[in-house]
Amino acid sequence: MPTAGLAVALEGVDVLHPAARADAPPALRAFSVHVAPGERVAVIGPSGAGKTTLLHAAAGALRPAAGALRVGGEDVWSLSAAALRRLRGRLFLAPQTPPLPPRQRVVTAVLAARLPQMSLAASVLSLLHPREAPAAFAALQQFDLGDKLWERVDRLSGGERQRVGLARALLSPAALWLIDEPLSALDPARAGQALRALTEGARARGVTLVATLHQVQLALAHFPRVLGLREGRLVFDLPPGEVTAARLAALYESFEHELAGAPPPPPAAESRLQVVRC
Amino acid sequence: MLRPDTASATMGAAATAPDALAVDRYRDPAWRGRVFWMLAGVALLAPALVAVEFKVWLLFAPENLKVTLRFLADSLPPAVAGDFLAMVLRETWRTVAIATAAMVLALLLAVPLTLLSCAALSVSSLSGRMHPLAWAMRQAVRALLVVLRSVPELVWALVFVRVVGLGPAAGVLAIALTYAGMLGKVYGEILESGELHPARTLLRNGSGRLQAFVYALLPGNARELTSYSVYRWECAVRSSAVLGFVGAGGLGQQLDASMKMFNGGEVATILVAFVLLVALADAVSAQLRRMLG
Amino acid sequence: MNVPTPTLPGPVGALPARPPRRWQVPLMLAGMALLALASFVEVGVEWRRLFTHDAAQRMGRFLGEMVDPAREPAFLARLGVAALQTLAMSAVGTLLAAVAGLLLALPASRVPGQPASRWRQPTRWLLNVLRSVPELVWAALLLISAGLGPLAGTLALALHTTGVLGRLFADAIENAPDGPAFALRATGLPRAQTFLYATLPQALPQLLSYTLYRWENNIRAAAVLGVVGGGGLGQMLSFHMGLFHMRETGSILLATIALVALVDLLSNVARRILNP
Repeated sequence: MPTAGLAVALEGVDVLHPAARADAPPALRAFSVHVAPGERVAVIGPSGAGKTTLLHAAAGALRPAAGALRVGGEDVWSLSAAALRRLRGRLFLAPQTPPLPPRQRVVTAVLAARLPQMSLAASVLSLLHPREAPAAFAALQQFDLGDKLWERVDRLSGGERQRVGLARALLSPAALWLIDEPLSALDPARAGQALRALTEGARARGVTLVATLHQVQLALAHFPRVLGLREGRLVFDLPPGEVTAARLAALYESFEHELAGAPPPPPAAESRLQVVRC
Repeated sequence: MLRPDTASATMGAAATAPDALAVDRYRDPAWRGRVFWMLAGVALLAPALVAVEFKVWLLFAPENLKVTLRFLADSLPPAVAGDFLAMVLRETWRTVAIATAAMVLALLLAVPLTLLSCAALSVSSLSGRMHPLAWAMRQAVRALLVVLRSVPELVWALVFVRVVGLGPAAGVLAIALTYAGMLGKVYGEILESGELHPARTLLRNGSGRLQAFVYALLPGNARELTSYSVYRWECAVRSSAVLGFVGAGGLGQQLDASMKMFNGGEVATILVAFVLLVALADAVSAQLRRMLG
Repeated sequence: MNVPTPTLPGPVGALPARPPRRWQVPLMLAGMALLALASFVEVGVEWRRLFTHDAAQRMGRFLGEMVDPAREPAFLARLGVAALQTLAMSAVGTLLAAVAGLLLALPASRVPGQPASRWRQPTRWLLNVLRSVPELVWAALLLISAGLGPLAGTLALALHTTGVLGRLFADAIENAPDGPAFALRATGLPRAQTFLYATLPQALPQLLSYTLYRWENNIRAAAVLGVVGGGGLGQMLSFHMGLFHMRETGSILLATIALVALVDLLSNVARRILNP
């Protein structure tokens, strides 16, 4: 029985970058978009266009300075804390860097997607004895990672880790998938296969999928609806057939190297606390 | 660190205005600051030495020297009578037991306090500012941890000795309270300075706080957490020996008794036992950390 | 949750074999649990005694009196003097230890790429002995030579902290990147000068940081050294507690907490200035 997808709608939303100064321009300006349940949408645009901000705003992870966010018809920011948490359990936000603790095993990392459904006791027991290992195995197989089921995350390559992060989506009970740059660490052959697994998974379940992509050609090939962003504004909202080369050139003006497929810069590394010993 | 002033002096004695500028340009810019701080240090040091009655030469004054030498002479040979050694061994085990029991209690107290004070598990701050009530609660818990840490365990021991009487219980409670404060603070720092990304993603996707802790924060920081905990156990062994001085049992109490009787030989033996105990705890701690790491 | 679990395509083929469990970790955990249990048995904390009416009453009385701390001007003046004395003890003790520790750290550290000098092991052993004996024990021993008062406390702090800092300094020096020092040694500069011009400037921020951190610890130690007769706040505390003057004890505890917080603050500020 496929999961019914959630609709998500942004109405006239202004979102400020969380770390920005007060007088900096907003990351998203007067942004409006409606995504119907079960739709699959790709978001493209040059760096700094606000693609990640859009995903985080749609996930209820960034509070807009103006405008409303509706998920499944409800105004997200007027919900109580408990209702907000329930709503968060129904969506799946996958950040660009895979959120996997290094020394965890892949099976646990993937099964963490089911946490919103599990009680605390069950989740602790699952750490010691993962009963749902076959489900995790099946999800990993979709991304050609079945043999890594019992491996430790820090023994995987960057591309493999990213695919494990994507495999989590297949296991989560969410009805809305918001995926940020799912292919950034993958080579072209794997990228196509992973994107196919993702979109097929979404279609089979009927969930709504919104993904930001740098790989424009893959976006045009796999998604029935494409949004183009530039400097926080929606430039076009079209089926891929109507996205001409001219439109793409205008969208990526002064960022032509990204159009040719240059990978986005990696996020900065964090520093570790030094605990002084006496 | 060549002094440029001499260089410019030899450069051109017959110079006019440009030379005066040149001398200024070559003066060491850090010179004034360094002189200031050195003078400030000396100005602070002198009264401090007076306050501390730093008359080190008194140590070598004839009467004091005589007492010292007599005590040192008494210390050799160290007392090795069978029953005394057996007692020392027993007290050593008791010292370790006090430390271990105290650490268990400290952990029981510190873990919930850490969870309560840790901003990494804050749900309200996922989407911007933390909710003011949540922030206030976290600050209150942190203040509690600070108070627990700041009162030296000896003071707690003095209080508990009067409440529960002489004996190891007072020492266990004193160390447990103080160390709970230390563990709580350092655990919080470790968690917050580590990778927050996995935990925040889980929270954003709707998992519970404890689930996010067990699935993301704990595995990500397990090595640091256990390493520090084992190190603190080693410190607890040392603390519990010290607390014996105020009647909380263990080696310290025996050391106090022997010192009061000016029994140099017994003191020497107990000191040796003490050094050995600390070395052993150090080795065990290093081994455990290596195995867990 | 009443969200239906999505039906997945089932796994194709058998799951890969699960790697065998290591036995070391469960064994170690079992050992630790056993130790903990044995400890509680040995200590025999009589929990019932803790929670008796009598104990609760006494605790209550202590807390009640401490909540109304003594504020008489004469007492506060003595408290201030004692606090300054404790502060001076911790500062002078830490300073002496930093100097002595640095001097001992030199023979205790090895030059990378060369065999360790024959002084390394004995110096490290000496530092370990200094470190193992806690400040309080040093103070009690020094009382024999120095008599009651803050001198014994200061020297006790200095001795113990020398062991701690000496070892930390030696490790920091050994772990400093060798590039600049190597370049100087290659020109034939003797060891001491190489240290002054290359290794020390590199390691200095770390050494200062350790010293300041140790000062934070020493203010706590200094506050209690008085209990064995080492002057300062500790001596006042021991005196008034012995006579059950809980109001004065409350004031002294507050002063101790305030002093510790002050030194923590100064130390953190200084460390942030030195290591931006």
